[in-house]
Order: sequence, then C-alpha cells, then structure tokens
Amino acid sequence: MRFLRPHTWAEALGAKAEFPDALPLMGGTDVMVDVNFGRARPNALLDLTAIPELRTWAPDGDALRVGAGVTYARLVSELADRLPALAAASRTVGSPQIRNRGTAGGNLGSASPAGDAHPPLLAGGAEVELESVRGARRVAVEEFFAGPKRSVLEPDELIAGFRARPATGPQYFAKVGTRNAMVIAVCSFALALRPGEGVGTGIGSAGPTPLRAYAAEEFLAGELADRWEKRDALPGPVIGEFAELVAGAARPIDDVRGTADYRAHVLRVLARRTLTWAWADHCEGGAGCA
Amino acid sequence: MDVPSKGTAGGAQRTAARPPARTDVTVSVNGAVERIKVDNRASLLDVLRERLGLTGAKKGCDHGQCGACTVLLDGRRVNACLILAVTVDQAEVVTVEGLTDGTRLHPLQAAFIERDAFQCGYCTPGQLCSAVGMLAEAAKGRASAVTADLADDAPVLDEAEIRERMSGNLCRCGAYPNIVAAIGEVAG
Ligand SMILES: Cc1cc2nc3c(=O)[nH]c(=O)nc-3n(C[C@H](O)[C@H](O)[C@H](O)COP(=O)(O)OP(=O)(O)OC[C@H]3O[C@@H](n4cnc5c(N)ncnc54)[C@H](O)[C@@H]3O)c2cc1C
Ligand code: FES
Ligand code: FES
Repeated sequence: MRFLRPHTWAEALGAKAEFPDALPLMGGTDVMVDVNFGRARPNALLDLTAIPELRTWAPDGDALRVGAGVTYARLVSELADRLPALAAASRTVGSPQIRNRGTAGGNLGSASPAGDAHPPLLAGGAEVELESVRGARRVAVEEFFAGPKRSVLEPDELIAGFRARPATGPQYFAKVGTRNAMVIAVCSFALALRPGEGVGTGIGSAGPTPLRAYAAEEFLAGELADRWEKRDALPGPVIGEFAELVAGAARPIDDVRGTADYRAHVLRVLARRTLTWAWADHCEGGAGCA
Repeated sequence: MDVPSKGTAGGAQRTAARPPARTDVTVSVNGAVERIKVDNRASLLDVLRERLGLTGAKKGCDHGQCGACTVLLDGRRVNACLILAVTVDQAEVVTVEGLTDGTRLHPLQAAFIERDAFQCGYCTPGQLCSAVGMLAEAAKGRASAVTADLADDAPVLDEAEIRERMSGNLCRCGAYPNIVAAIGEVAG
C-alpha cells in the first residue's frame, strides 16, 4: 500500500488527481476500523493530517468557513457559541478519544445516514466545499448525500470544509441510543430557529441519507412568522403538527437498532422536545414567554 | 510531499511493480526518539507493542470501542488502534510506561493502587492514560455532555462528570466505582 503524505492543500489535490483510488485519511476513526478488519484494502492512503489549511476555521463574509480537519473536540471548545447544534452533536460522538481525532469532514466523507454532524449541518443550512485540480465547488449539504454511505464527491475531489452561517437563534440537537457513549444513534434530530427568517431541520438515521423535513420547516416558519416578536407560548397543536411533519419526512427502516415505527415515534418526541426547548430560549431572549 | 521511494514488500520480482510498503518514521516515545521503519498498514498500537516492546497499551477490540489502547499523542488521549503508525512522524507519544518519572508513580497510578481500581488490570493502562488526558482537558475548561453550565471554565469533576469523561474506557471487571473514586481523588 502506497502512503502519500502531502504537506499542502495543492499537493493533496495533485495527489488525488494522480491517484484517484487513494483513500483519504483524516482522523482515521472510520478508515482505521476498516483497515484493521480487512474491510478496506486500499492501494494507497492519502494522509491529510499534515495539511494546516484543513485544521483552521475563520469567518468569511456572513458565514463561517470550517476546515474539514477540525476535530469534534475543537468544534465543542471553539465553536459552541456560533454553531451550537453542531457542537452539541459533536459532544455526543463516540468517546473523548474519538472526539480528539474524528472530524466533521470525515463524517461527511463517510456519508453515513447516522453521522451525527449531518443533522446540525442540514438544520444550519451549511454548504460543503469540494475541490479538485479542476476547480472548487460548493454543494448544499442536502445535495451532498447520494445514498447510504454515498456522496456526490468525484474520485479526484477532496472535501475542503464546510460553510455555515453562525446561529442567529436557538439551535438544538438530540439523539436516542442505547447508551450515551459509543453507540450509533437509533435516530437523531437537529433544529435551528432563525428569528424573523425561518427554521432549519435535520434528521439522522431515519432514511437512506440524512434528511431535511421541508414540510415541517415551512409549516413552522409560517406559524412563527408573527410570533417571533410576540414571543408568546406556542400552542400545543402547533408543536404536535410540527412533530408529525418531521416524522412524516423520515423514510426509516427496521434494523437491529430499532423498527421503523419506533424511529417515527422517536422523531416525534425529539421534534417536540427540541422545539419546546428552542422556543423557550427564544422567549427568554426577549420579554419572556407566557 | 513524502512519497517513500524504497519498498521491501513481497518477493524480489514483485517489489519493482508494487508501491513501497514501509516508511521511515521518527517519533518520540516516552521521551526517547525512535527512528523506525514501519509497515504502512500498521497501527500505532501494533508498532508500540510489537516493534518497541511497549506492551502496556492493550488491544481489546482494535476498533476504538474499548479504550484499552489509549495513549497520549502530542498530549491528547487517542485510541492507538485507530492511529496509523506512519502518520505519527515527528509526533510525541506517551504510553503508560512513560507516566512515572522513573522513581515515583504518577499520582493517578498511586491512587489506582490505593483505591483498588482494578481487578484483572487489562483495562488499567488505558484508563490511566485516558485519565491523564481527561484531567488536562478539564484543566483547560472543556465542557462535557453532562456539564450544566457550558460557559463555566472550571467544571467540577464530580462522579457524573468523571463517568461521562471516562466513557471511552470500558472495564470488563466492572471496577468502575473504584476507578471513579481514584480519579476523583486526584482531580481534587
Ligand atoms: C468507537 C467509535 C464510535 C463512533 N461513534 C460515532 C458517533 O457517535 N457518531 C458519529 O457520527 N460517528 C461515530 N463514529 C464514526 C467516526 O468517528 C465519524 O464518522 C468521524 O466523523 C470520522 O471522521 P475522521 O476524521 O476520523 O474520518 P476518517 O476515518 O479519516 O475518514 C472517514 C471517511 O471520509 C473520507 N475522508 C476523510 N477526509 C476527507 C476529505 N477531506 N476529503 C474527502 N474524503 C475524506 C475517508 O476517505 C473515509 O472514507 C464512531 C467511530 C468509532 C470507531
Ligand atoms: S483496542 Fe483500541 S479501543 Fe479497543
Ligand atoms: S480491571 Fe479487568 S478489565 Fe478493568
């Protein structure tokens, strides 16, 4: 197996163009499991850990640009105020050891429907930055996933990072699993409120790809349009309808972690809970909630 | 870019056609600089145990779930089974063997003995390295999933915090109560 260790982003793109079958390696928390168990026998590994550009994040216009190699531990300690749902999700990934190595870029690279970074990125309206020697392009996160563990990444492309606007309102992430540490979520959900503007959602582990609940977003944005300013209590039926629409957007399956029915139930609960928490935060931020 | 030029894999005829399978790595392990040629597929855990004779770090699962292989890489706790050895060139690794100063035990090691924080001891090297990394993280004010006030830059390491922060280390013998007590004693 060939081992390639570029020290600059330009070298990395050159190497990927020359060896399109080289497997990129970031934190290695997915790649090494496959290598150790013989599930991946790549001809070449493209180690991206020596590229400083991938480890940085910075404001860029009204968005934040986060390099693919920023670890979960750093998303928690450095970006919790600007990307709260992503930081909350990051706090639940694997274990502290996994969070010291694993990255949101690697999560996108694996494109698992259960990846915990995906629902917050979807809810936050993030874009993935892809690049090759042919050029750079940006893809909305919901267009990035092409199927279970498949994405629109071309063989000569690498993930440079992602862009997302810093939170303008409350954001929440919640997941259900059999224990807190080191389990793949049965279901997960992220919600972002953008006061005066709209609502973002992201569903994990309940379909072939991570999903947005478009109808739920539209419904809630309509209900909140004249409530952002008033900050009064949300009627129960509004919360209930939102939860139904979230569950309805999912395309869950039965598997060892849970049945489709259970997943739909969990999504309803998570949607109701996150909306209740987020709306209470919004009300507190102003005159107070009835 | 480092594209290793020499290869030693396979038979003599195959070597020419095959990409090189081994790479020179310079790494500091417990303070000593090691220059070794490692198999490109080898994990740091295997290199520590089989090439450097440091058998403290244990292989429990080989896929990041048990924490028995935990070591400190540039000061941060990681699962050595998930680190490709060729990627640690120029890095610093500390294993359980490097926690003492040669004469005195690390306070965590002393507390583990004092509090009887193990039965078979298989998970202990990983627990110790993980606890060292965990205390360093807490000292930097890092919040955990159970920290109530995320803005608090000095989280109190009570039992719930220690259990959450040590959740990457399993103990088949179930010595958790004493592990938590030992770490709590050192955390103060
Ligand atoms: C014990 C354990 C527990 C885990 N728990 C969770 C969990 O709770 N939630 C969760 O979501 N995940 C979990 N994971 C999976 C894993 O940690 C995450 O998917 C992580 O985000 C992967 O990031 P990485 O940097 O380690 O990626 P790597 O393993 O380095 O790479 C992952 C994939 O992305 C590709 N890739 C990496 N970087 C790039 C790039 N820049 N451009 C193009 N392709 C790239 C790689 O080729 C590979 O296919 C767990 C894994 C383990 C071992
Ligand atoms: S052997 Fe590395 S985590 Fe289990
Ligand atoms: S003491 Fe035996 S596994 Fe922990």
